[in-house]
Amino acid sequence: MDSKRTNRRELLKGSAAVAGGLAALVPAPAAAQTSPFGTPLHDQMPSHDQMAGMAAPGTPTPSGTPMIKGTKDLIEYGQRSHFVTSMRMPHPMGGRPSPDAFGKTFHVAAPLQDSVGVITPSSLHYFATTRGAYVPDIDPRTHSLTIHGLVDRPLTFTMEDLKRLPSVTRLHFIECAGNRHNGRQKNVQESHGMTSCAEWTGVLLSTLIKECGLKGSATWFVAEGAEEVKGASSMPIAKAMDDCLIAYGMNGEAVRPQNGYPLRLMAPGYEGIFHTKWLRRIKIVDRYYMNYNDYGHMTRTPEEAALGFQIGPKSVITSPSGGQQLPGKGFYEITGLAWSGGGAIRSVEVSTDGGKKWNKAQIKGTPQRMAHARFGYPWHWDGNETEIVSRCTDEIGQVQPTREQVAKYFNVPFDRNYRVPGLDNSVMPWRIARDGTVTNGLA
Amino acid sequence: MASLRLAAIALLLAGPALAQSYGVGHTPTPDELRALDISIGPTGDELPPGHGSAKEGAALFQSKGCVGCHGKAGVGGLAPELQSSKGHDLPLWERGRGKSGWSILPLTAPYATIVWDYIHRGMPLGHEGTLTADEVYSLTAYLLFLNGVIPEDQVLDKDSLPKVKMPIGNDYARLPEWKHGTPRLAGYPY
Repeated sequence: MDSKRTNRRELLKGSAAVAGGLAALVPAPAAAQTSPFGTPLHDQMPSHDQMAGMAAPGTPTPSGTPMIKGTKDLIEYGQRSHFVTSMRMPHPMGGRPSPDAFGKTFHVAAPLQDSVGVITPSSLHYFATTRGAYVPDIDPRTHSLTIHGLVDRPLTFTMEDLKRLPSVTRLHFIECAGNRHNGRQKNVQESHGMTSCAEWTGVLLSTLIKECGLKGSATWFVAEGAEEVKGASSMPIAKAMDDCLIAYGMNGEAVRPQNGYPLRLMAPGYEGIFHTKWLRRIKIVDRYYMNYNDYGHMTRTPEEAALGFQIGPKSVITSPSGGQQLPGKGFYEITGLAWSGGGAIRSVEVSTDGGKKWNKAQIKGTPQRMAHARFGYPWHWDGNETEIVSRCTDEIGQVQPTREQVAKYFNVPFDRNYRVPGLDNSVMPWRIARDGTVTNGLA
Repeated sequence: MASLRLAAIALLLAGPALAQSYGVGHTPTPDELRALDISIGPTGDELPPGHGSAKEGAALFQSKGCVGCHGKAGVGGLAPELQSSKGHDLPLWERGRGKSGWSILPLTAPYATIVWDYIHRGMPLGHEGTLTADEVYSLTAYLLFLNGVIPEDQVLDKDSLPKVKMPIGNDYARLPEWKHGTPRLAGYPY
């Protein structure tokens, strides 16, 4: 009995390692999963333990089917099935591994190819740091947010203070400026995995600023984190008073450390770096401060500056997508994600012939402002080689372009290496071969 | 009647303020604010007392380990270059672009205060926040001197640093005015 108990523990540890992204993609062998349960004894009456939902190790379920034994850990904090192996990965961008030799993280991409619905689980939410950083381990009892500068009364809010104030809960995506697709990427995790969408809960920044009393001369604010580099970004005060959110909750629990625990600024629709993690301070100022993160944004042309700030309308098909395999011709629901920094997604179109004919896709549920929207399009694949691609339009009428359209707008010659200025929101084609393999349509 | 009207006006005036006041949060002390406020704006109002010149900065660039990542005199390291090795006849945006594609901060920053803020906030790697004000003034002076922005003997302090004329001048883009529900670039359909 005891040895079997140990086996089961080791097994659980093993699956935890897989979930943590330390082990290979392959789940533990099925044989190892069933061995602790012994020979089925169909005629055995349920024991008291089983009745209580806590079968003793080695005891089969009455039907003899494999089971997951209740353990203290699993009861306290759940785990996905060991058959589910979807994982984040270090993003190839910049060539920095995560973790690196010092335990720092750089860019980590979400497995969009496996995504369903619009919420990215917190464990799979993408995250990034500017130059590679340790994730700070912040004790919420010692953490606070100070708002000062051009206000009547500077105020410091503890985490307890913030949770006393009226809260809002909103779905919002975040996307990294480095989320650019090119012909070298194999799958949608590499091409688009630096975006995710979660349900965020917290206090509107406008609520806190009104509490401090905004001075008339205020035009910008600087948001600053508590991590070692104290990363800071400048944003317009109009954004602060519109929809910025000081979030302590993410998908129904506390924000994860990689995503800013215990406090993160959400600047919905702005490039990811503005969503200041480990938020400790907001300073209200009367000009653009160009502190730290802002300097990296400095560009020469107003067009590039504007296009690298608020995210444009963007969509991608997540299934079928690169690296997947269609088993044969017949029915498939083409499904994917669409989002925009300009508001809610109004419509999504899908083409199954490389962009010649566009068909209206169905948006699942009601699209939210600055949130991923899930779309679907019913498709009968005839078994011939083709290209599938999606494009979206947001509530203010911005349309997701092809790279050729962007080049034409800026009146520059188009070639395969054309770089979309600012954040790349161009369409992403996937090529379906006759054998059902799906590959990058830009390759 | 008049007093009633006055009372009503007083209520109207006080109403919104009262409605917004949850009485949550506390007032930070001036000392707490000073310690927290590391954001240095273009006017340099937040700069602390202290001073330094390129000569002291050159020694610190060695002793603080900057040279290990940025290379000798800010060239040839793994971290972003801090001195342009390109000819002075080239336009600034070309001269200011390092080999890795990163901008050379002490050459292209529109304000010298940005250099001070960056070093003070984010350097040295792994020992952020340990430099004294004098050390940050000195390192800032050294990097500006390396790029020909200031002479070697110029002393930088709270008053002189914000007055340094950076070579980029006005030749960089400002962000467009942001309003709820506006496209990211006027006239751009995408």
